[in-house]
Amino acid sequence: MTPFRPTVLRWAAVAAWLALSGLPAAAETALRGTGDLGIVIERAVGRVLLVENSGRRRLAEIAGLGDLSHAAAVFSRDGRYAYVFGRDGGLSKLDLLTATVVKRVEQAGNSIGGAISQDGRLVAVQNYEPGGVKVFDAATLDLVADIPATYGDGSARSKVVGLADAPGNRFVFTLYDAGEIWVADLSDPARPGLRKYTGIGRQPYDGLVTPDGRHYIAGLFGEDGLALLDLWNPDAGVRRILDGYGRGEQPLPVYKMPHLRGWAQAGGKLYLPAVGRHEVLVVDGASWTEIARIPVKGQPVFVMARPDGRQVWVNFALPDNGFVQVIDVPAAAVVRTLEPGPGVLHLEFTPRGEQVWVSVRDQDRVRVYDTASFAEVAALPADKPSGIFFTARANRIGF
Amino acid sequence: MSAGERGKGRRTLAVLLSLGFATGAGAGEIPASRQAELTSLVRQDCGSCHGMTLKGGLGRPLLPDDLAGKSAEALAAVVLDGIPGTPMPPWRGLLSDDEALWIVKRLAGGLDR
Repeated sequence: MTPFRPTVLRWAAVAAWLALSGLPAAAETALRGTGDLGIVIERAVGRVLLVENSGRRRLAEIAGLGDLSHAAAVFSRDGRYAYVFGRDGGLSKLDLLTATVVKRVEQAGNSIGGAISQDGRLVAVQNYEPGGVKVFDAATLDLVADIPATYGDGSARSKVVGLADAPGNRFVFTLYDAGEIWVADLSDPARPGLRKYTGIGRQPYDGLVTPDGRHYIAGLFGEDGLALLDLWNPDAGVRRILDGYGRGEQPLPVYKMPHLRGWAQAGGKLYLPAVGRHEVLVVDGASWTEIARIPVKGQPVFVMARPDGRQVWVNFALPDNGFVQVIDVPAAAVVRTLEPGPGVLHLEFTPRGEQVWVSVRDQDRVRVYDTASFAEVAALPADKPSGIFFTARANRIGF
Repeated sequence: MSAGERGKGRRTLAVLLSLGFATGAGAGEIPASRQAELTSLVRQDCGSCHGMTLKGGLGRPLLPDDLAGKSAEALAAVVLDGIPGTPMPPWRGLLSDDEALWIVKRLAGGLDR
């Protein structure tokens, strides 16, 4: 008889969990994975939507997250928890299975995003005010390390941008005001090792780690070019790539800063937004030289490769933020222009890229497109949606 | 702005004045529907650098205390012409002179008030 007892207990535990969870999907399936879940930021109301990309549906709303303008998220390596970085400095840990806020800390005054470490144990947040990076225990959200972004004579603190995780439990980030790239080694979180690269260029606005974890690239706003650091050869220092890509021409106005993330690589090439030019720059990932530039509709904001690298999707700053363009990689040209509606803020591919979710802020909609036919296959209501983040990010380097 | 739009703006102004909603010189030149668009633009698009609550981000804070003592005309010129050497772009082309002036006055008085 004894074998029955643990089984009964196990089912009782599941029933209790279901009763507590409040997750609509839970009523249909007792247990589920999180691999096709994600969140959509509703920036103006301090809320995120829990969504499922298989069913293309909303599962729940999670509210009370503060100012979520420019909010971003990373995921625990088991894909269960989301860490949401709010503009107001709030760091919230969400449980996707129960659709609840597990913990929330106010860690700074003005914040811009974060990353999770290679081993999944540390969550780092990049802050504008006070400028620096704070590192938290991913389980408890207790502060583990505080890295002020001081520069010059040490009295000023820089805004921090472009924070990304890199192999070796390192975080790499860029000091906007100082023009520096810092590599923080947190293999011993109690004693972070810091390596600073100064004079990397004027007004670095964002950065990325390539999907293989080897290179860190910071985009420059104040100069035509990008700064490249080979993390396998840290002693070689930072070098300039695509120097003078604007060819001295007067730049066009930039009504929204471009963003760099590690989605830019396709077929050994990197696709990067030009600044002040309506072009996507194509860079050879071996020689780091420009091999093409592709004219697009406006100032690119996100330039994101479909997971298989066959297409690159681009959205734009004002006044072209109602459009999305698709670059065919072999053709190295725009093959499709879509008009999801005004205020396209972000796009996220499903893990294997058969669909893409697009947030359309001014229509309070998230539109889902088939990436082969370009047909719209679903539209979900969402209040001023901005970032869309699927749990597949949990298993990628650079996030 | 066409003559027709101007006429519409005057009618809107008359309605606003009769309701006691006029918020200062120049405000009446902007039709109510455009005012709503501009308010949204300030929050959502200016907000991408200055913060949706305008408390600052990559760009400076734009709350009433931060703008106190600065002339509306000078601030409108910053909006229209940008600040060379910084990410602040010139909004001329997307905004008229009247609209820029209306925006900075709204900012100086507090967007929520």
